[in-house]
Amino acid sequence: METTIEITLTVNGERLTRRVAARQHLVDFLRDELELTGSHAGCEHGVCGACTLRVDGEIVRGCLMLAVQADGARVDTIEGLSDSGEIVELQRAFVERNALQCGFCTPGMLIAAADLVARKPAATREEIREHLSGNFCRCTGYHAIVDAVETACRARAGRKK
Amino acid sequence: MKPSPFAYTKPSSLDQVFELLAAHGEGAKLLAGGQSLIPTLNLRLSSPSLLIDINGLGQLSGIAVKGETIHIGALTRHSAVERSPEIARHLPLVAQAVRHIGHAAIRNRGTFGGSLAFADPAAELPACTVALGATLILASRAGRRRVAARNFFQGLYATDLQAGEILLGAEFPVQASGYRSHFAELARRHGDYAMVGLAAHGRVSGEKLSDLRLVFFGVGTKPVMAVSAARVLETQAVTNASIAGATAALADDLDPPADLNGSGATKLHLARVLLGRVVQAMLSENA
Ligand SMILES: Cc1cc2nc3c(=O)[nH]c(=O)nc-3n(C[C@H](O)[C@H](O)[C@H](O)COP(=O)(O)OP(=O)(O)OC[C@H]3O[C@@H](n4cnc5c(N)ncnc54)[C@H](O)[C@@H]3O)c2cc1C
Ligand code: FES
Ligand code: FES
Repeated sequence: METTIEITLTVNGERLTRRVAARQHLVDFLRDELELTGSHAGCEHGVCGACTLRVDGEIVRGCLMLAVQADGARVDTIEGLSDSGEIVELQRAFVERNALQCGFCTPGMLIAAADLVARKPAATREEIREHLSGNFCRCTGYHAIVDAVETACRARAGRKK
Repeated sequence: MKPSPFAYTKPSSLDQVFELLAAHGEGAKLLAGGQSLIPTLNLRLSSPSLLIDINGLGQLSGIAVKGETIHIGALTRHSAVERSPEIARHLPLVAQAVRHIGHAAIRNRGTFGGSLAFADPAAELPACTVALGATLILASRAGRRRVAARNFFQGLYATDLQAGEILLGAEFPVQASGYRSHFAELARRHGDYAMVGLAAHGRVSGEKLSDLRLVFFGVGTKPVMAVSAARVLETQAVTNASIAGATAALADDLDPPADLNGSGATKLHLARVLLGRVVQAMLSENA
């Protein structure tokens, strides 16, 4: 039985093939093998949300998925979402509202928030808090983050009308 | 932390799973959503030599209504259950409960069957299966067997799953007319495992409750059916006095051990608060 496995996946639109150790987390694969260090590893047991990624369009914990499990999948990281301009409004709102200080939680926070902005731009502040409840921030006290996400939600909802 | 090394394989048929389980015995672990297993590997609380990834078994995933029953495949993600119109319509208790599981990113990977097989004493779904009288379907090389949910959960993280067996899914009777259900839990933060929770299901006519199942979780090693409290509520039309009687009777049903969330007495108090809220909610909902 194999302890290293060859996988083919699409990362930020680019298809690639690599051999990975079975025990390697997806977030470590992205950081260590592909040098995509925007995804952070904090707690490594699913609690803090710093490692949040998008796999096949759904947000997941990068520390609770093995790289081998991403074989055949489409993975989007903060680098990809930044370069494509998909989350530019959200990023601008984070800066304007002072929604980041040290920035450790920010990539995961943005990916989790982008999911809500896209699916439920009419979300209330309560729903924003609930959606981000799995992303910890040790600096901002969350208030500014909720403000920023609300701003981005309202902008998106306004355009939909 | 990082897990210790292991081998990995992703079979495409149940027969292959049975063969692998037979060949590797205790050293092998099934990997479903990984949302409970991978944390235990990362913390090195467990170090299997082989992970058998069952995500290639597409037939284990999905929700199907057949006549008066609804089947939820073991590999169905929590988020799929959460978004399912069939679940909202036929199993409103499960629809309410699943939103309390972790966070969106956890629900996108975690599976229905994984939650039942893992059997965390504070988990939502085991209690729902007991309250709704679900039947769990297990399979091994020797064939399939069906186990009532109330017999499946046997203790702390312990179930009736035998070596070489896999959970295929759960079958529920669709909610019958006249029946209502309600789910509530208390947690310090949204997405945390519950301190105490209650899954309730029963027949409501006017102010009367019958065939009532009150299943508490987070109060012992497994879901606990509060039989005495239910009996008090069933004997007469529900009044404030009968609710008070039922909350008093809870002391006969529950003996919660102290944990990080508080003493046994605190947890019993919280269970009583939930019972009052849930009974009121069941009676006040418009059928
Ligand atoms: C931060 C965080 C918060 C969470 N909060 C909650 C919560 O509030 N409530 C809650 O209920 N859960 C919570 N969870 C756990 C989550 O619900 C998991 O999805 C679930 O407990 C396990 O399902 P899984 O598919 O991820 O299983 P895995 O982690 O893949 O497996 C768990 C165990 O079950 C076994 N197993 C899995 N599938 C099968 C099968 N089909 N047949 C036989 N054995 C099987 C595995 O071998 C393993 O031993 C949380 C998890 C995290 C990381
Ligand atoms: S590093 Fe993945 S949730 Fe904390
Ligand atoms: S800005 Fe520092 S953790 Fe959030």
